[in-house]
Amino acid sequence: MAFIELDRLSLSLGGRPILKELTGAYSGRCIGLLGPNGAGKTTLLQALLGFYPPTSGTARVLGLDVRTQIREIRHRIGYMPENDAFIAGMSAIRFVRMMAELSGLPPEAAMERAHETLFYVGLGEARYRPLGTYSLGMKQMAKLAVAIVHGPSMVILDEPTNGLDPAGRVRMIQLVREIRDTHDINLIISSHLLRDIEEFCDEVMIMKDGRVVTYCNLEEERRANRKFLQLETRGENSAFLEAAELLGCECAVDGRSRVKMVLPETVEIHDLYRLAQTHTTQIRRLQYKRDSLQDIFMKAMEAGKK
Amino acid sequence: MAVYKRTYTRYSGPLTSERGRFAILPRYALESVLSSRFYTVAFMLALVPHLIALALIYFRSHIDALSGLGIDARALQILSIDGGFFLNLFIVETFISFFMVALLGPGLIAPDLANNAMPLYLSRPFSRVEYVIGKLSVLLAVTSLITWVPGLLLFGIQTALTGLSWSWDNLRVLVAILLGSWLWLLTISLIALALSAWVKWRPVAAAALFGIFFVSAGFGTVSNVLLLTRWGTLLNLSSAMRMVWRWLFLSETQYRIATPPFGTMPAWTGLVTLCAVCGLALLLLAWKIRPVQVVR
Repeated sequence: MAFIELDRLSLSLGGRPILKELTGAYSGRCIGLLGPNGAGKTTLLQALLGFYPPTSGTARVLGLDVRTQIREIRHRIGYMPENDAFIAGMSAIRFVRMMAELSGLPPEAAMERAHETLFYVGLGEARYRPLGTYSLGMKQMAKLAVAIVHGPSMVILDEPTNGLDPAGRVRMIQLVREIRDTHDINLIISSHLLRDIEEFCDEVMIMKDGRVVTYCNLEEERRANRKFLQLETRGENSAFLEAAELLGCECAVDGRSRVKMVLPETVEIHDLYRLAQTHTTQIRRLQYKRDSLQDIFMKAMEAGKK
Repeated sequence: MAVYKRTYTRYSGPLTSERGRFAILPRYALESVLSSRFYTVAFMLALVPHLIALALIYFRSHIDALSGLGIDARALQILSIDGGFFLNLFIVETFISFFMVALLGPGLIAPDLANNAMPLYLSRPFSRVEYVIGKLSVLLAVTSLITWVPGLLLFGIQTALTGLSWSWDNLRVLVAILLGSWLWLLTISLIALALSAWVKWRPVAAAALFGIFFVSAGFGTVSNVLLLTRWGTLLNLSSAMRMVWRWLFLSETQYRIATPPFGTMPAWTGLVTLCAVCGLALLLLAWKIRPVQVVR
């Protein structure tokens, strides 16, 4: 079931259209939101949270309409904003507890879960310190604690690794993966860092100029691309190529020794090695051109230009 | 199992009622206020006028007891416990409650806005209106305890000491204590919250609050003198409140201006002024209290 549904969702801010007739249903467990600055990523997230009413169209989150059921949606959502968001003089435990209570938890349960969540994100020892004294990495973790303290069904993370050092980034990635894998939670992660999105997400939505230009399943993309090979052979390769074509491979020779090959579903790479051995062709290099997320992103940007 | 050994799990317990959720904010704010010695001392001092009034009410009814102790209490005989007595008490309380609001108010919204905490509040099942009501109720709770609550107690004590006939004759005072206090507390609380939201910096917000009351009063007087009008009096919020107090406590529908140009002002203009100020403060709050600010 799709947990985000966009139905011709448009949104203008200050008279400027930011989101333009977004339509689609998204069901990935963890969706990465990518796009250049000003593409409308954060605005889309904030529209899903009901911060801005749609100019036209609507969106449904977990089957609930953002126009009419925003309170129910907010009961089931956790949000980690991009920028620093805390009250400087408050201790982390008090702040997280207050946020849990605002989400509807009774005071005792809120206190217990605030302790648990702060330990979970690695701030257990620092939980009585004022948030204003936290380092940037600790503040990010505190924001994550605030986002998950009430046990939401869906968590929206806006730039979760923003400003983190390598160790902090690894810790954040571990935590988000653990939340994704061990709990029944849907995640939407917005980031500029393609590597992070590759680490976290199974589906990617790429936005440009307020529109969704690409939506793809990363695993399927990788699987599809694994069938596209680049080979470098040595010696006579015509018999090898003929045999490969008989197996159903599409071959294109680039120069004498370089070959580009698309494998059918039934053929695996070890079949090619067997053919090469049979036809005494040396395979000196074999790489399957794995479309990285960067390639997908660049293609989407190019498509957006057209 | 020890708390620190527990791991993160989904919450599946009961939820609190949505109606009373705004009360979470004042509870946390009042915890902070009550943990501060400074605020506790200020609060105790704010009750001093009521304690003095209590002593006067008590001894006015027990002049013989004072004489028995050898104290000459004849001066108390000319003291009349009526609308005028309560009016003077509440004019003093006007200033004390203003100072309490000036101490507490600027620190209520400014830190949330300065630290960008609004998206965290408003991404929860918690609306902007609940947020403002929550913050407002902090000020109303504290200032109520130093204005109309002890005022009603004094009214009750006077009734107990003199009998129900006094209470019946002075029913107007009871209404005046409630209506007048709420109007004044709402006005200064909303102004303090609006400034706290607007300025985002606590000391400057406090200074602006003092500025609004004292500078505008001076500006009003100067306007009266230069423009030969009386309407400048309305720029002085404490004068506007005094018009309403006198109307409520003493049934005076015309307010005498004590500074040049001397004359009278209809008391309802004070009420309209205070309501307009409340409306303006609410507009400012509606403008500033948003999950995110749109930069045009």
